[in-house]
Amino acid sequence: MSTIERELESRSELERTLRERERELADLKARLAEWEETAESTPQRETLFSTISGREVKPLYTALDRTEASDEDDLGMPGSFPFTRGPYATMYRTRLWTMRQFAGFATAEETNERYKYLLDHGQTGLSVAFDFPTLMGYDSDHPRSLGEVGVCGVAISSLADMEQLFDGIPLDQVSVSMTINGPAIILFCFYVAAAERQGVDVSELRGTVQNDILKEYQAQHAWVFPPEPALRCIVDMFEWCSENTPKYNPISISGYHIREAGATAAEELAFTLRNGFEYVERGIARGLDVDAFAPRLSFFFDVHNDFFEEIAKLRAARRIWARGMKEKYGARNPESWRLRTHCQTAGVSLTAQQAENNIVRVAYQAMAAALGGTQSLHTNSMDETLSLPTEKAVRIALRSQQILAFESGVTNTIDPLAGSYFVESLTDDLEAEALELFDEIDALGGVVPGIEQGWFQQEIAASAMRQQREVESGDRVVVGVNHFTEGSEKIEIDTLKIDPDVEKRQVAKMAAMRDDRDGARVRETLDALREACGADENVVPRILDCARAHCTLYEIRAAMEDVFGAYKEPVFF
Amino acid sequence: MSDERKIRILVAKPGLDGHDRGAKVIASAFRDAGFEVIYTGLHQTPEMIVNAAVQEDVDVVAMSVLSGAHMTLFPRVKELLDESGADHVLLTGGGIIPEDDVAALEERGIGRLFGPGTPTTAAIEYVREWFAAQNTA
Repeated sequence: MSTIERELESRSELERTLRERERELADLKARLAEWEETAESTPQRETLFSTISGREVKPLYTALDRTEASDEDDLGMPGSFPFTRGPYATMYRTRLWTMRQFAGFATAEETNERYKYLLDHGQTGLSVAFDFPTLMGYDSDHPRSLGEVGVCGVAISSLADMEQLFDGIPLDQVSVSMTINGPAIILFCFYVAAAERQGVDVSELRGTVQNDILKEYQAQHAWVFPPEPALRCIVDMFEWCSENTPKYNPISISGYHIREAGATAAEELAFTLRNGFEYVERGIARGLDVDAFAPRLSFFFDVHNDFFEEIAKLRAARRIWARGMKEKYGARNPESWRLRTHCQTAGVSLTAQQAENNIVRVAYQAMAAALGGTQSLHTNSMDETLSLPTEKAVRIALRSQQILAFESGVTNTIDPLAGSYFVESLTDDLEAEALELFDEIDALGGVVPGIEQGWFQQEIAASAMRQQREVESGDRVVVGVNHFTEGSEKIEIDTLKIDPDVEKRQVAKMAAMRDDRDGARVRETLDALREACGADENVVPRILDCARAHCTLYEIRAAMEDVFGAYKEPVFF
Repeated sequence: MSDERKIRILVAKPGLDGHDRGAKVIASAFRDAGFEVIYTGLHQTPEMIVNAAVQEDVDVVAMSVLSGAHMTLFPRVKELLDESGADHVLLTGGGIIPEDDVAALEERGIGRLFGPGTPTTAAIEYVREWFAAQNTA
């Protein structure tokens, strides 16, 4: 055949394929119309057919729901752009997600024991829950800490506490996640200094510090400094970590708290990723090479009740991030495109009524996280609407992950829901909604102006109120709460009680520590830190010096606050 | 009621905890129910809350506590209210408060405390009934 003949041949072949495809579509449309007729004449249950986020779900999805999308562009293969099917090529065939239960209570000593217990029971990473004083940058002996020391997490006020927290746990071998934001840079320095004291090479440290201040202003509210100096500290961390702790994630860009505060799935997705891009812009504005810090940006999402919407959300998140990083921010290293995430089941979905039912809720949510391709997972304990979890409740939560990973079979193949008309359509819709919300945020002038105007806060509160109304009207069924109740809703399970002496012990320990240390060294390092805060200098080395000199959390916070000021919340309600 | 006036309520978030979903939902529900609602914002000390209650001359203080610090915060606010001559103010609230602690706090003069899953209507009804009883007594 001549070249021309070959071309004509392939063109007619193409035309034949197109005609065939058109015929198939026409055929599908006809069959769908027929089905619709049947469906319309069949009575339906009187209930909401929408997701918990208020998204209407159609009774049936077909190939017609994705005609415009191209699988090659939108899905790709796992481990390659745009990562919809997973951040890694072989996913759980190579490595299961990290089973990481968030834990902390009372003093460093007691929490250290719980960590050893969890590691002994097959947990593969640690996750530190700090008490409220620590989260807000107050020492255990500060007057504002009264009544809250060690109650909702572990009290860590100095290097000595951090050392005790990881006593006997080699920090070059266990990856540790720390949920701390306002004073994150200070706790991070305590951690690095504790690793130094263990004799560990700090460049070997693996783990994550949450350090996501934007969502604190939007949802979680554990802030210390105003946005601009807080963002500067975060970029200081990006810079310092990329040079000194290259395996450590200096941020976990978190949707979890946004969702728990009331946001919908689409809002969680959009606000979180837009916050992520804000950090990228700040790093670039500092003059950092995007590919030097972006590979260590990590994420944290909620996995709520609506099974498919949550799976689609995680798939859409990877695609939006990859596209933004490559196309908008010019990242060239594929590691910068790859969204890696931790997930936690939805605390807000747990019920105090018939608390054992929570085991089942958590199991479904955990399965959604696995099918969505998470890299690590915390499963909530059944008793967490009553108190911090007991050892037994935590063990069941961890076992739920092990049953999922080793018995259910979901880890055998990668992204098993790909190609589902429904899941792909949901993924497309969530991506489109997130992009629309990006435009709204841009119209406000960006993330920080949106926070200052209270826009995020009001959007989240409005969504929370809508969900509350659905529950109170009984339209949104919550088993054991508004339907299937048992009359007496008396709580029948054991709860964890924190010894009220914890505060006294912690305060006494701090007094002894203050007596022991070199006061002159404390003053010198704090003065040097104040100077660095006012200058064009990375503050991490200065805070590290303070940590090594046994300055306390509040002393360091106060020195920084002298220069940075404190954040004042605009109250919107 | 002939001389019907609006119930004035201070919704307060004491302590260092920032979880304000519940506080905002209940504040909106009280407002929708026709109450005059003042919301303190976050991270309030007992002193700040009682100052606001006295200045705003409220009938009710409703505190949201999820942090486990309820055994410190509720008695302290009650004590300060009494000291400021505002012992007629109802101190109520909600959050993650174990049943034993609810009973102990009620014995110390704190009003009803509502747990997770309570419909907002239950709290509204409670405050209305309390208010009606005060004004007929």
